[in-house]
Amino acid sequence: MTTILPKKDVVIIGLGWTGSILANELADEGLDIVALERGPWRDTATDFNIAYMQDELRYAIRKDLFLHASEEAMTMRNNTSETALPMRDYGSFLPGRGVGGAGVHWNGHTWRFYDSDFELKSHLTERYGADRLADLTIEDWGVTGRELEHSYDRFEQLAGISGKAGNIDGRIEEGGNPFESPRKRDYPLPPNRMPYGPALFADAAKSAGFHPFPTPAANLSQNYVNPLGVAMGQCSYCGFCERFACANYSKSSPQTCVLPVLMRKPNFELRSNSDVRKIELAKDGKTARGVTYVDTSGREFFQPADLVLVCAYALHNVRLMLLSGIGQPYDPATGEGTTGRNYCYQTNAGVTVFFDDKNFNPFIAGGAIGQTADDFNGDSFDHSALDFVGGGGINCIPTSGRPIQHRPVPKGTPKWGSAWKKATKEAYQSTLSFGVQGSSYAARGNYLSLDPTYKDRYGVPLLRMTFDFPDNDIRMSHYLSDRALEIAKAMGGREIAEARRDKSWNSVPYQSTHNTGGAIMGSDPTKSALNKYLQSWDVANVFVIGASAFPQNAGKNPTGTVGALAYWAADAIRNQYLRNPGKGLVG
Amino acid sequence: MNRRTFLTTTAVGLVALASGVAQARSISGAVPWEAFAGEPPTPVTPGGWHFFQPREVVLMEAIVDRLIPADDLSPSGRDCGCVVYVDRQLAGSFGEAARLYMKGPFLPGLPTQGYQNSLTPAGRYRAGLAAFDKAVSDTFGGRFETLSPGKQDQALSELETGKLKLSGKVDGKGFFALVLENTMEGFFADPVHGGNRDMASWKMIGFPGARYDYRDWVDQHDKPYPRGPVSILGNIVQAKAG
Ligand SMILES: Cc1cc2nc3c(=O)[nH]c(=O)nc-3n(C[C@H](O)[C@H](O)[C@H](O)COP(=O)(O)OP(=O)(O)OC[C@H]3O[C@@H](n4cnc5c(N)ncnc54)[C@H](O)[C@@H]3O)c2cc1C
Repeated sequence: MTTILPKKDVVIIGLGWTGSILANELADEGLDIVALERGPWRDTATDFNIAYMQDELRYAIRKDLFLHASEEAMTMRNNTSETALPMRDYGSFLPGRGVGGAGVHWNGHTWRFYDSDFELKSHLTERYGADRLADLTIEDWGVTGRELEHSYDRFEQLAGISGKAGNIDGRIEEGGNPFESPRKRDYPLPPNRMPYGPALFADAAKSAGFHPFPTPAANLSQNYVNPLGVAMGQCSYCGFCERFACANYSKSSPQTCVLPVLMRKPNFELRSNSDVRKIELAKDGKTARGVTYVDTSGREFFQPADLVLVCAYALHNVRLMLLSGIGQPYDPATGEGTTGRNYCYQTNAGVTVFFDDKNFNPFIAGGAIGQTADDFNGDSFDHSALDFVGGGGINCIPTSGRPIQHRPVPKGTPKWGSAWKKATKEAYQSTLSFGVQGSSYAARGNYLSLDPTYKDRYGVPLLRMTFDFPDNDIRMSHYLSDRALEIAKAMGGREIAEARRDKSWNSVPYQSTHNTGGAIMGSDPTKSALNKYLQSWDVANVFVIGASAFPQNAGKNPTGTVGALAYWAADAIRNQYLRNPGKGLVG
Repeated sequence: MNRRTFLTTTAVGLVALASGVAQARSISGAVPWEAFAGEPPTPVTPGGWHFFQPREVVLMEAIVDRLIPADDLSPSGRDCGCVVYVDRQLAGSFGEAARLYMKGPFLPGLPTQGYQNSLTPAGRYRAGLAAFDKAVSDTFGGRFETLSPGKQDQALSELETGKLKLSGKVDGKGFFALVLENTMEGFFADPVHGGNRDMASWKMIGFPGARYDYRDWVDQHDKPYPRGPVSILGNIVQAKAG
């Protein structure tokens, strides 16, 4: 039996980064808002305890704070000729669960994409010709980087990002990223101090002709009070960032940046442990009536609302749309349909340098504290003579020395026994790794759909991922690995080990929780699920916010752009939609 | 109703009251706070076995002593508590695959699709140790713990590479990888979980453990960090001592 609850103005699905930003913005309009979050309430003072947060086994290996596959799994295959099987444990990526979402246990690299990334298809076609893109289904975003500038700025101010601008209003700034697109002002905080590893990387990269700069970080270089009046503390370089919650109020998250203000607003209500199953549509299929959810005892509720904001993380956003019948499911055979289209990821590779005589103290680290060289990212370099498009950031951001996961040893070392032990001890202090975070460009065969066989605990189909790295991206990654190798050689170590990217995508080893696409924004309703304001083309009172809206992914972490899109959509709802509710904002 | 839910009901409302399970919580107008809402770890205490049977203990102790042999760098895997660690993990939620998706159909997958067997980790140990015991006796002419260290290493290497085949449902290579992974977890995890006794592995490599503030050391480049490790277990013991 379903309990029907009193109607709300707005229902928000998921209270992570996007949900909390949208809720806080719309609460200022005086709307009556409820957020439904399937995980528990969590907060720094009560749950992120400084006496035991540094538990690598519990948080990094057993993944205490994450979504577990037993609660909701996904299936995967590399192409349509294979049968998808469930990832029985999450490995390659780790979705969040609980208040704060993945914003609780992220690293904090906080990027802006380049202006050219937003007009990718037009830009690349104009510069290199349409033939170059033949195997790809990349698109323009419908929104431009210039339009998003203010929204990027608001997210950076909210989160107290520590960094150095590279380009203010077209003026190249010393110490920042010279390839950056113009911004109006600098980051709210200066960069962090650099541990030895990134400092050495920066010297080597400069000597090899690159332009390294401090990675923009959501690990705060100084104490900070954000525009909402919320105070945060300086990062202490503890090395327990990614996969952990911060016990120091030093890593930007919904908890440290938004919730102290949002939770006090009387017109906002959070219901935790509330798992949304479906967005219910009116008979015409063009209006959402509200959402159905279940609590942890299995009781079902219907929450009616005028406006539904889907903020459940990119992959869950797409699954909810497919389960609710919003948009036509994408079919790779015909290339038609919008929901599930243009699923992309991140194309990563790495290099490790072993030294004889260095002492890196790898445990002195922060999630985003390091150096990046962006000389070969996006279209910051000329691809005319190359056989690919896209690029990547070369990042030296040693995030931890936690020893269950961080134990580099030279090639040929046995995995156990006395020889293993000796090599482990010798390499622990004297080894430095860095990586290439490459773009992931859309291809016709990569998409999200519902699995025909495997079901969740309610008997509802799991999300099915069909993905492999497109040939273009493999070529790009090798080119970038060659560049990273130049920097590695300039470091003068004893030995270099490369981890290059080849086919096929493997769902087991951790790579990146940067899943993008599946409900992309754009200006053509036959190729995108959302218009440029992240409003569904098909159901006008549904907005879908997250990296699901990216038509393809850049060689950068997504959350700076996800945060910007959250503010962008919030502004569109506040300034346009509410004047004319239920109407499409475009065309 | 568990303690956590009980405590929270004073600060916030429950959307609906039914049986004794945690319900959806409704929170509005305040940031909820309750004393002792966190969930500190329960330290593992050695003594007795929660999962392993006597024969399995003998085997496991002999195995971890070859994976992590005693030498001038550290005591042996057994003396560091690795078997106690694995025992407690297998007796708990890890052993029963509580966090894994365990619905069928179970089909053989591609390497990119990961582990697809219906056995839980506890089941893999139970079947794997028995099959390994038998395979070693059949092939090496004696029980594993009676073999010379050299022969023991050979048996483990052959299991690792798939040369030594196990009977029944168990994939020997995969089983070895699981035992190695769990042994290393025990060796390098915080001692609160039963292994890494006296923080032996952390002292070996120079990891300071649960320290939380390196601000005075971040720009002291290329210099060994001067302080020894601390553990969560230490934090808990200290807190109890007041
Ligand atoms: C280990 C890790 C490291 C990362 N590092 C970085 C980084 O350095 N830089 C970067 O840019 N990004 C990083 N990310 C990604 C970043 O965390 C996400 O981009 C960001 O959190 C996305 O925000 P969101 O609001 O879309 O989703 P989330 O913040 O994950 O919030 C979604 C919320 O919705 C809830 N939800 C899902 N389904 C339902 C449902 N059906 N009903 C109710 N609630 C539901 C979830 O429980 C969750 O709380 C990292 C992620 C991980 C996991």
